[in-house]
Amino acid sequence: MRRNGPLALIFHTIFVIVMVAPILVVCLVAFTPEGFLSLPTNGFSLRWFRAIGNYPEFIHAFWVSLGLGALSSFVALLFAVPAALAIARYRFRGRDALAALFLSPLMIPHVVLGIAFLRFFTSAGLGGSFAALIIAHVIIVFPFALRLTLAAATGMDRTVEMAAVSLGAGGWTLFRRVTLPLILPGVISGWALAFIQSFDDLTMTVFLAAPGTETLPVRMFLYIQDNIDPLVTSVSACVIAITMTALILLDRFYGLDRVLAGKGDTGR
Amino acid sequence: MSAAAEERNARAPWALTAPALMLFVGVLLIPLAMTVMLSFHDWGQYKGIEPVFILKNWKEIATDPYYAEMFWRTFRIAILTTLLTALLGAPEAYILNRMSGRWKSFFLLVILGPLLISVVARTLGWALLFGGNNGLVNKLLMSAGVIRFPIPFMFTETGMVVALAHVMMPFMVLSVWAALQRLDPQIENAAMSLGAGPITIIRRIIMPQIMPGVLSGAIIVFSLSASAFATPAIIGGRRLKVAATLAYDEFLNTLNWPLGAAVATLLLVALVLIVVGSNALIERRYAEVFR
Repeated sequence: MRRNGPLALIFHTIFVIVMVAPILVVCLVAFTPEGFLSLPTNGFSLRWFRAIGNYPEFIHAFWVSLGLGALSSFVALLFAVPAALAIARYRFRGRDALAALFLSPLMIPHVVLGIAFLRFFTSAGLGGSFAALIIAHVIIVFPFALRLTLAAATGMDRTVEMAAVSLGAGGWTLFRRVTLPLILPGVISGWALAFIQSFDDLTMTVFLAAPGTETLPVRMFLYIQDNIDPLVTSVSACVIAITMTALILLDRFYGLDRVLAGKGDTGR
Repeated sequence: MSAAAEERNARAPWALTAPALMLFVGVLLIPLAMTVMLSFHDWGQYKGIEPVFILKNWKEIATDPYYAEMFWRTFRIAILTTLLTALLGAPEAYILNRMSGRWKSFFLLVILGPLLISVVARTLGWALLFGGNNGLVNKLLMSAGVIRFPIPFMFTETGMVVALAHVMMPFMVLSVWAALQRLDPQIENAAMSLGAGPITIIRRIIMPQIMPGVLSGAIIVFSLSASAFATPAIIGGRRLKVAATLAYDEFLNTLNWPLGAAVATLLLVALVLIVVGSNALIERRYAEVFR
């Protein structure tokens, strides 16, 4: 294959700089020693990271986001693993329609989902509750949990299962001792990707969150609506650091291009 | 029961998918249906929502030019964002694909990584870079001699398009990247050995083959941009409204839920029609490639 020429490399360099610049500038401004938005030209300071401690709303929102992401991704997997096994292994009527339904939260705008859930949970008397947030997040992270589990279940070597069956394993034992360990990398990656999606969601959650159940993106968004100061950049820098850690782990563990491309989608 | 017997069991797939199916019907399909119904209800400042069947909200959207302008702005921003990501993302994916192993995976991580970083944080970054008329972007462009006077980015459609294009770029690169993986590098060499120059190769060999990738990326970028909320809300401010931010206002500020539901329903229907329609067009046009 031909190599990239100098023009291509210049284009590539500018492209990468533009992609990284907004993220980098947030992280840099977070270290400013000044009381206003500025790049840290005379020395770095952690004052705005310490300042987060004086705003219990951000700390509380962080724990809400963490709990919500962990729990909703776990619940989504409880539903997604059996569904993925069924879709990967059986050819049955309505299989394609089911797969399309399960992936539909990817297609429906989150603003529409937010409105639908707000209407639904308010009528059900659950408006603004943590339970409503969990159920709503289970729906939006479900496609991610399903896709990665599906990819693992489709690529799995079934002769191992047959060997286990011939040795007398069945039902629950077969699933717990053979099937689950084999698809576990896909399941864990599915959980991680689902967690990131839940942790980052603003558009849907902003409709459902009430004071007390505000997630970190919602808290940050409402804060930015009023004013932008270095405090919100240091909070953002923390969020970026958390996501980057998860990202690098995910890449090491499973391969980021595979995670994002959602290889082996509905088995078409 | 042997595995083979299990395969024949027709009830097993339904038993396995039943919990997820019930969840989706109960908490996705029913709320969506309720939203559509809500758009036909009446609302008044003092009486609140009245569960009657009227076309008031739909009439208001159809006749008040404010909504036509708002939807036109929404789709204009989405189209410009799509064009910008295609024009820059497709060449970048091609350049990326020609890099050697280690660099390729490194830059792929750098370009796709932002996809998973909070949209609020990324948009905040653009707000900082734009920052009034003497923001970093303007200073850079002026010192490079690209522009003579600062361009207003904050609270303008220009700024929204730039920030949205950045947010959506990974989807385009990923989509073109996937199309490039199916491409046989030998074809390029064959064209070269037959005397084709680099421009001919790109125009006649590469472009036709990655076009399906560009188009499917364009559909994703378009539908996500048209329904984007965080970026238009932060860059656009309170005055420059798009469909998603308007629906948010109706629900959480004005409290006119039926009207907000009508805006959301219209956005959903328009997007589904556009996405399904263009998918069908692309699949017919490029049936060969998808086989």
